[in-house]
Amino acid sequence: MLNPSRVTIPRSVFMRFVKSPDTPKDQPSLFRTLFTLPAIFYSVLLIALPLLYIFFLSFMRSDNYGGILYEFNLENYGEIFDSTYLSIFLKSALIGLATTFICLLISYPFAIFLRGVPEKRRNLIMKLVMVPFLTNSLIRTYGLITLLRKNGVINAGLMATGLISEPLSLMYNNLGILIGMVYTLLPFMILPVCSAVGKVDQNLLDAAEDLGAGKFHKFFKIYLPLTLQGAFNGSLMVFIPAIGFFFIADILGGGRAMIIGNLIKNQFLTARNWPLGAAFSIVLLGITFLLVKAYKKIGGNLDELGGG
Amino acid sequence: MARIQRGQKLRHFYIYFVLFLLFLPIFILVAFSFNESKLNVVFTGFTFSWYARLFANPDLLEAFKNTILIAVISTTVSTILGTISAVGLKKFHFRGQALVDKLIYIPIVIPEIVLGIALLSVFTLANLELSFWTVLLAHISFSVPFVVTSVRSTLYALPKNTEEAAEDLGASRWQTFWRVTLPLIMPGIVSGALLAFTLSLDDVVISYFAAGPGTNTLPLYIYSNIKTGISPDVNALTSLMLIITIIILTTSAHFQSKRIASRSRA
Repeated sequence: MLNPSRVTIPRSVFMRFVKSPDTPKDQPSLFRTLFTLPAIFYSVLLIALPLLYIFFLSFMRSDNYGGILYEFNLENYGEIFDSTYLSIFLKSALIGLATTFICLLISYPFAIFLRGVPEKRRNLIMKLVMVPFLTNSLIRTYGLITLLRKNGVINAGLMATGLISEPLSLMYNNLGILIGMVYTLLPFMILPVCSAVGKVDQNLLDAAEDLGAGKFHKFFKIYLPLTLQGAFNGSLMVFIPAIGFFFIADILGGGRAMIIGNLIKNQFLTARNWPLGAAFSIVLLGITFLLVKAYKKIGGNLDELGGG
Repeated sequence: MARIQRGQKLRHFYIYFVLFLLFLPIFILVAFSFNESKLNVVFTGFTFSWYARLFANPDLLEAFKNTILIAVISTTVSTILGTISAVGLKKFHFRGQALVDKLIYIPIVIPEIVLGIALLSVFTLANLELSFWTVLLAHISFSVPFVVTSVRSTLYALPKNTEEAAEDLGASRWQTFWRVTLPLIMPGIVSGALLAFTLSLDDVVISYFAAGPGTNTLPLYIYSNIKTGISPDVNALTSLMLIITIIILTTSAHFQSKRIASRSRA
């Protein structure tokens, strides 16, 4: 028998009745300072300050010699509606959307088929998906050139088998940019989609099957609605880099291919009109925040972005 | 039955085919590092000479050294900074905490190019000369948030009473942190550190803006040479790097699983 007089209440439980749990021991101390101050310094100096500064710059004027004239104006934002810039924005959006869609199209079957693989092997496969990241993305792009160019491995292979008589133009065009983006960003889609699809309850699928649902129904009525957050998470991690990765457009898209990333890079390093480049960046930032807001709206968790 | 089995085989084939495509460009790079011809076009014969040439290319070696140094230092700093930030943000309430909390997510979601030009702008504003150190600072700034989210996910999975139990038994906050919290969140710290290391090795965009004309890192070296043609000593270096990182990863995974095994036995 339990003797009530002998039961000791732990201090922490006892304290909970005395004070609210958040307030105790919250007075300043070396411990507290060491655990809070670095985060404050870091987030202010390396995140808030740089972003606020380019926001400020976007309302300034270039002096045409690479310097900045501190005169407030809205002209940079007006220039965005210039038809050359608008067409670059549109093309970027199309490339971003196409990349995202193709990545989704590859990742879903991958994730669904992976459910049938024994757990140990499944973990190994997920690790292997990450391995290409250990090689710099520019080096991988360089590897892609070896594959894609006119006298590259793919064309040589296809010509040797007689499937084609003329080499295909797989790079120095929009197709090249698309291949490069899909290749570079695919793991960012595979990881969240696999983790979402892996959590779908097998009982639901069995029940659907018993009720006569085919593959098509199972996908659209069960997998897709239950994994929407994972898919959105992956889409965010694919779409946003896909409109910014200027080096892929530079290398695989040939000379005139431009996406928003190139536009910003050129304003900062070639044309040296920093205020205009800053305005483009702020627009890009705005698009990003809208997408993140939408992600949160469907119940997405920010901690799960970026494989966290 | 046979049909189901064939379906299963096709599904496995699809998975391995996607993996194969992800690795293909890397395989090709490695294969051509043994190619006699200077052009990465046809395989003309087997040679190790590019590996020897590699050590006679001071620019490339310098770029390699910088890349590794930056990755190691930025991983170390951002792992420490990220861990104490995650712990501090959970444990304490301070003015502006909600804001700090939001700010820390920003580098994860914003396009790298925006962070890159923003950092370039403030470095210029602060009269910091673009150098090795600015690249390092930039890498720290984009790595910390990934460590924070990774540590946070293990931190929130901890039962609250473990820390309270330690304090009830008379442990000071320092003792609680070092001997209870830290060992328990170690898996989150390790995976955050690995993520930071990978991101640093993989980064092109932010390094591109944060590096001055005098500083070379591997991606910048390749970027400036890619249009004129890259000689296979880059392939050789890539192959060596790949082998080294795979060895590090498999040994660390091995040790981790060993430690977990010994702990579960105890």
